[in-house]
Amino acid sequence: MTAFILKRLGIGLATLVLASIVVFAVMEILPGDPAQLMLGLNATDDALQALRNQMGLNDPVLWRYFSWAGGMLVGDFGNSYTYSSPVIELIGERAIVSLPLAVISLLLSTLIAIPVGMFAAARRGRMADTSVMGVTQLGVAIPNFWFALLLIYVFAVWLRLVPAGGFPGWSGGIWPGVRSLLLPAVALALPQAAILARVTRSAMLEVLGEDYIRTARAKGMPRRVVLWRHALRNALIPVLTIMGLQFAFLLAGTIIIENVFYLPGLGRLVFQAITQRDLIVVEGVVMLLVASVVIVNLAVDLTYALVDPRLRARA
Amino acid sequence: MSIEAPLPENAPEHWLRLALKNRSFLTGLLITALIAAMALISYVWTPYDVTDLIVADRMKTMSSEHLFGTDHFGRDIFSMIMVGARNSIAVAIVAVGVGMGIGVPLGCWAAARGGFVDEALMRFNDLIFAFPALLSAVMITAIFGPGAINAIIAIGIFNVPVFARVARAGALALWPREYVLAARAAGKGKALITLQHILPNIASMLLVQGTIQFALGILAEAGLSYLGLGAQPPMPSWGRMLFDAQTRMMVAPHLAIFPGLAIVITVLGLNLLGDGLRDVLDPRLRRER
Repeated sequence: MTAFILKRLGIGLATLVLASIVVFAVMEILPGDPAQLMLGLNATDDALQALRNQMGLNDPVLWRYFSWAGGMLVGDFGNSYTYSSPVIELIGERAIVSLPLAVISLLLSTLIAIPVGMFAAARRGRMADTSVMGVTQLGVAIPNFWFALLLIYVFAVWLRLVPAGGFPGWSGGIWPGVRSLLLPAVALALPQAAILARVTRSAMLEVLGEDYIRTARAKGMPRRVVLWRHALRNALIPVLTIMGLQFAFLLAGTIIIENVFYLPGLGRLVFQAITQRDLIVVEGVVMLLVASVVIVNLAVDLTYALVDPRLRARA
Repeated sequence: MSIEAPLPENAPEHWLRLALKNRSFLTGLLITALIAAMALISYVWTPYDVTDLIVADRMKTMSSEHLFGTDHFGRDIFSMIMVGARNSIAVAIVAVGVGMGIGVPLGCWAAARGGFVDEALMRFNDLIFAFPALLSAVMITAIFGPGAINAIIAIGIFNVPVFARVARAGALALWPREYVLAARAAGKGKALITLQHILPNIASMLLVQGTIQFALGILAEAGLSYLGLGAQPPMPSWGRMLFDAQTRMMVAPHLAIFPGLAIVITVLGLNLLGDGLRDVLDPRLRRER
């Protein structure tokens, strides 16, 4: 077990280091000089040189890589060129929008998908199964930003139940914040739920064919108990894998949805930073997202061992 | 896979018979063919010219003259959807081609060589998968300039590890087979064996994965052009049409309905086609159903 954890940790760390080199290298070969962008086209050469020196842009490449990467290790992501405030503060301000959005979406999607997937698997091949699977097929095909537009039209424009966009912040209490995250969360969650329901169904079908399920039924255990206690637990591994991937996707994939709803989240921060060539912000956010993907995958791997004692014994 | 099955299962007539009985394959094929036909016809004919701006006709709703209504410049939405299909299909197909063209040789190579090459490729895959695909695609197009070509590259890069993984897994399962061993005993090199024996046997898996990636490519292209990073105006694209519709939805909801439906129907058709193909081509899965 320890060897298993250590190996996964090692791979995760190596991925992070490689990713940081890739991100740094890409930003390095990009056209565009941050100093020029800050001072404008009319800046004198002297002023440009002075600013470059001050920003450390004239230091050797390796030195800059190590000071950037080393800084991130202690939580110093550098200063934004356009906002002239520390990148880590910008990330913090935006994460309090993106993180709750991702969590609400994942919760919604799981709460819908697992019961639906189990229901379909239990009624395999019948009308209920076919129609549920038809609906999920449709759910997978709907682009979440189009679904978001339809939701805005129905719930914000027509019924006026929720705001059509924007975010009031958390200072006015939890409810106004959550209220403006509801539509984006639903728009993100439904396509994800459709995928998750399909995965749950096929994982359940595989498990339901096992001998121990037949044994449990044969000894008179109620159907519901067999489904929830025996089958679901064994079907959880592929479901958890997809959930892990989806959470990572939700953290970064909100970029379009945040634009639809004008939410000041991480996605919009990167999007604006890219267009303003505020590369240090882009580097910081991308590294943070890569790190969260690596951590989520690691957590999923470790949960396997918790859910499945067989894996624990083997490792 | 098919080598285990009795001979008749290998015959094309057998597959054809199965395909004609498979409802999801037929529906998917029909929808995909319709969309493709629409895109092709748009090269020679559209109801109206999509570059014609008739301000007097702006934001008309559905009528017999304009089937899906007109947009804020008075352009015919049905014609724009036809031309937009061209763009969506082209970007997605080339992106799948890029992914297959690089990913499949890499995956086959890793499976044939094993050892360090294999390990390196898998770690490389992990690395690409650690980057959020959509965000990176946005970065690539925003940095190297918006447009169809950069959208293709951005979507294509993330198809590479997908195909590498599928090809490697399929090839790894075939290498210990008797007929591959026999070919090696006969003195064939690894490259020749991959070409003659491995590739034909993983082709069906690749075809199914290709259909799925095609559908995902359509969605990704729509997302990028919604953000203004895909095909540039005046070339109509489904994503861009939705962006233009957003601020005008209060007065003209039809602007948002039809481009969205076009995306949904195309993706749905491709997904059904992929599911159907898998049922028809993969006898192992078929038996489980």
